[in-house]
Amino acid sequence: MSVRFENVTYEYPGEEKSVVAVKNVSLEIADGSFVCVCGENGSGKSTLAKLMNGLLTPSSGIVTVDGETTSTESESALFAIRSKVGMVFQNPDNQMIASIIEDEIAFGPENLGVPREEIGERIAYALSAVGMEEHRHHTPYKLSGGQKQRIAIAAVLAMRPKILVLDESTAMLDPKGRAEVLAVAEELNAQGITVVLITHFMEEAVRADRVVVMSEGAVVMDGTPEEIFRDREKINRYHLELPVPDYLAAELRKEGFPIPEKIFGEEELAEAICRSL
Amino acid sequence: MNNIVFGQYYPSSSIVHRLDARVKLLLAIAYIITIFFVEDYVVYAGMFLFVLAVALIARIPLKILFRTVRTIVVLILITAVINLFFTKGETLWWSWKFIKIYREGVERAIKLALRLILLMLFPSLLTLTTTPMELTDAIESLLSPLKLIKVPVHAIALIMSIALRMIPILVEETNKIMLAQKARGASFDTGGALKKAKAMIPVLVPLFVGAFRRADELALAMDARCYSSVQKRTKYKVMKLHLRDAVAAVVCLAVFSVAFLNKYLFPFDEMILSLFA
Repeated sequence: MSVRFENVTYEYPGEEKSVVAVKNVSLEIADGSFVCVCGENGSGKSTLAKLMNGLLTPSSGIVTVDGETTSTESESALFAIRSKVGMVFQNPDNQMIASIIEDEIAFGPENLGVPREEIGERIAYALSAVGMEEHRHHTPYKLSGGQKQRIAIAAVLAMRPKILVLDESTAMLDPKGRAEVLAVAEELNAQGITVVLITHFMEEAVRADRVVVMSEGAVVMDGTPEEIFRDREKINRYHLELPVPDYLAAELRKEGFPIPEKIFGEEELAEAICRSL
Repeated sequence: MNNIVFGQYYPSSSIVHRLDARVKLLLAIAYIITIFFVEDYVVYAGMFLFVLAVALIARIPLKILFRTVRTIVVLILITAVINLFFTKGETLWWSWKFIKIYREGVERAIKLALRLILLMLFPSLLTLTTTPMELTDAIESLLSPLKLIKVPVHAIALIMSIALRMIPILVEETNKIMLAQKARGASFDTGGALKKAKAMIPVLVPLFVGAFRRADELALAMDARCYSSVQKRTKYKVMKLHLRDAVAAVVCLAVFSVAFLNKYLFPFDEMILSLFA
């Protein structure tokens, strides 16, 4: 189960001239990996996400999911791909259909034609996976942003996807909400679901297996977080910022402090600094 | 804000709340038809007592029930006054210049007012004891025979439930936009009606633009979750009739038929009135 991009270009049709959002991208996302796609606004990262489940189909090149090519010609192939590649969007309020959380989560399985009894089990599973069991019969309206996004993730999980694409799902959240959503994403990845996290916050890339940096529609950097964070000049060139702990660690390393390469967040850095004194 | 989310739903676990929404909806229709046929004071009183009894069983405070009548007070007054002055009868009770009030006019005004109040009360009990979602489901279920003549019943029900879900979100957005415009010096509560209406334009334009953007995103999210009008869907929530629904239906229909038939079979209001004569 993998997603493969082969020389993919996507142009948004415009009235006078079309806008090229993704330029000749070749990429393979491995099974079970946690990939973070970073880039500033307009870098094409969201378009890349929408190409993964056939919401958009390439202007040239091909995208395959599990060997199946995305195309608008076959509705049933698209249906199969979308049931495997679950997608959570940026604004939680704009992706919820129902007024009761249980109904919201049932929507996906209902569309897939899952039998009634099984939908009940799937709702229970999806809600426990995101830690929102006690909200099953409530309305999403009063939840915090982070909780709403967790519901949106549960709604996708109930469809039993192999790949979870978070298309800037943390962009509208406060730090607490962002941490909640990331924790859920990590937990799901540990359970074997491939996670593709689209974001413009580099600190979210820390926990990923692989970071892909996009700029002006092209993939400009690709590697592990350590490899990417090492090249600070290049990161700045693409208008991204190193997470504060990593920035500080890099500066300290330059001054000759023995700080390890892998730093997860502020606490670990504080510990490393204490040890080096 | 709470009121808006749930319409006028008054949460409780009474037996009336737990009745099948379809049964309640059909009984409300039967009630309305009955009221249109009733013309006797005694039957009005009987129906009034019946409504009070239902409210009591539903544990709806009478204050809340009668609040719903307040919304149509103006309508009641206007129809009563029109009937009072414009009904011509045989017994002239009072006249001044061209204004003549007949006994029949007074009687008709009172009866119409009573009828309007009664018409408002029972359907109010329906909306007080049933969530909008249950009502939507009930309508979908009752309209489902229309599927045979290719009416997209499910799509209609989905549109209704999404509309319900969007109401609180759009209200919140309106408040935000109004605050934003106020911060720029806009004023919404000064000047005449025309000026006030004009002041709403800078609120409505961004509201509509926002609503369309939301609709677009929601459609994308539904696509991503395999919503299609072609594929066969299953339904998670199935409405089941219980014994209590049958009992409620029998009791209500018995009351309605007595009220209905009284006019034709045995005019016992006259019998009762004759006791006092």
